[in-house]
Amino acid sequence: MNIRPDPTFHASPRLAMEAPPEGFAYTVLLSPDASKPDALAVIDVKPGSSSYGQVVHTVMMPNKGDEFHHFGWNACSSSLSPLTGHAFLERRYLIIPGMRSSRIYIVDTKPDPTKAAIHKIIEPEEIFRKTGYSRPHTVHCGPEGIYVSTLGGGGKNGTDGPPGVFIMDCETFEVLGRWEIDRGPQTMHYDFWWNLPRDYMVTSEWGLPPQFENGIVPEDLLSNKYGHHIHFWDLRARRNVQTIDLGANHQMGLEVRPAHDPVREYGFLGTVVDTTNLEGSIWTWWREGGKFHVEKTATIPPEPAAKEQLPPLLQGFGAVPPLVTDIDLSMDDKFLYVACWGTGEMRQYDVSEPRKPKLAGSVHIGGIARRTPHPNGKTFGGGPQMVEISRDGKRVYWTNSLYSTWDNQFYPDGVPGAQVMANAKPDGGLELAKDYWVNFPDGYRAHQVRLDGGDCSTDSFCYPSV
Amino acid sequence: MSAAYWTPAWLWLAVIASGLYHGVNPGMGWPLAVSAGLMEKSPWALVAALWPLTAGHLLAMLLVILPFALLVTVVEWQRPIQIGASLLVIAFGLFRFANRRHPRALARISPAQLGLWSFAVALAHGAALMLVPIYLGLCRESDLDRSHEAAGTLINANLGMAVLVATVHAAAMIAAGGCCAWLAYRYLGLKFISQSWLNLDTIWAVSLILVGAIALLLNFV
Repeated sequence: MNIRPDPTFHASPRLAMEAPPEGFAYTVLLSPDASKPDALAVIDVKPGSSSYGQVVHTVMMPNKGDEFHHFGWNACSSSLSPLTGHAFLERRYLIIPGMRSSRIYIVDTKPDPTKAAIHKIIEPEEIFRKTGYSRPHTVHCGPEGIYVSTLGGGGKNGTDGPPGVFIMDCETFEVLGRWEIDRGPQTMHYDFWWNLPRDYMVTSEWGLPPQFENGIVPEDLLSNKYGHHIHFWDLRARRNVQTIDLGANHQMGLEVRPAHDPVREYGFLGTVVDTTNLEGSIWTWWREGGKFHVEKTATIPPEPAAKEQLPPLLQGFGAVPPLVTDIDLSMDDKFLYVACWGTGEMRQYDVSEPRKPKLAGSVHIGGIARRTPHPNGKTFGGGPQMVEISRDGKRVYWTNSLYSTWDNQFYPDGVPGAQVMANAKPDGGLELAKDYWVNFPDGYRAHQVRLDGGDCSTDSFCYPSV
Repeated sequence: MSAAYWTPAWLWLAVIASGLYHGVNPGMGWPLAVSAGLMEKSPWALVAALWPLTAGHLLAMLLVILPFALLVTVVEWQRPIQIGASLLVIAFGLFRFANRRHPRALARISPAQLGLWSFAVALAHGAALMLVPIYLGLCRESDLDRSHEAAGTLINANLGMAVLVATVHAAAMIAAGGCCAWLAYRYLGLKFISQSWLNLDTIWAVSLILVGAIALLLNFV
């Protein structure tokens, strides 16, 4: 326990932007064929450092087949609310769920990121027994401790009962139990986030484990059986207050990105594909008059492509869908980054007017048909996937792998792990940094990126920017 | 120091000092008033948030002191009551010392229920319990010849004293907390919240033990 709050806890988004820039990036690595254990890579991102852009430390896990996907910190700026009583926690432990194994690793990043090591392992049985959930996914630190969303319910297939969110103690990392008291019509899960002072949570849907673990199920997609709802919850009362159907053709609304400034009651959601025309789309949700509303505010069209450029899954369509698989909102709530994993594009939208996103920048890299190389000449397998923005909004990092079995369907030639970075101009515009290319160990794919001291999809704030 | 020096003036000072101490502690809620002011973009929202914080704190004080106010009318048990109360405060201090965890129930209270939160946090931290020995000291000082008075008057006098102690303490608490909130809101900025927040968990536990110990000591001198 500290005497003072952790210096990486910031009262407002603006204070977070003014904090020193990131020195290390953490990226989860997965062994797609489970032949090796998954790992956490620590990357030096200090410009001018002799090991800039290199993996300077790797934490190897003791098990195989975990399938790392998303992860998060044990504590963040939300600890500065007196309501929670957690002001003296440290942003120190990374909570890394194995999505396939349902095992959770707690990795200690202190005293130095280059000496990060496993602190505790929570075995799947504990999660099954205490929550009835499986396939842990998104991790956020919040009022009651660490919140973890899950994609599966109970049983071998994860279909015995709906998935949801469970809570872990933020000091002992003991699994405490389910978060939901009344889930209403919610039966699928993916991402979640919240507005802490306004006391609501927003959750999204992907699909149930049989719909994703062995790859995308084309019949389910074409019959619109993946998730297409967004759910709003009373955070402290732990109950569903509203569910909105995006329309069955809008399949897989994934990442939920609320405005960082808690005084702003809106946020964004990206949907992977519209089954009527293969479009990807951005949705804006907001609260007005005590009710939540959601509206499609931007669309990204598919790109025609010759049959021989396409994997078997897409050959019948003669086009590449953009596949909006991740979005991220800059700390000043000004720019929304949209990863188009299929077409190989990272888009930057100016969302100063949240319901009127304006395309402000774009770079192409990878992609199913385009296969755009990096400016340094290297081949970028896959397309832009998990995206993370530096707190000051000047650097945008991303990786290229989505999920082991889905990678194989959309990119049969393989997706060798890569991480790149683009510089963002203050008034819009993106440019890939020629000198930033992370080489990961052979046979590994790279997924989510976290930055030390927090990033734009980690921290939540209890006080508005002034 | 002997009991003779432990005059009402000193005791009232202790009531006020503990109020100021609770007030400046961000853990008792003044940053929530800053947040309210900033969220609504109005200093009046800050002031409005101070009321439930005060009411909650005041209620917690009363809830703990009032049973003692009724007890002290049993004059022949005065000493065991004072010793019991001292031991209770010490025991709670030791408990806080050993168990630094914050009850999860506190985190479940909605940000809109500031009064309830303030009430719960004052109870959970032992803020209310800290006042009991001081209150009992004041009763002893002001009612030296109580055996001649009727029981009803005694109860009224002690209830009155309890309300007065709790009110003075809560007023001091909110004056100090309100000042911190206003300074952060108007002049110092939000950085002041993380910069001014010291981990008082240990000091808080030691304070409880100390208050209990002094009260206990005074019963034997």
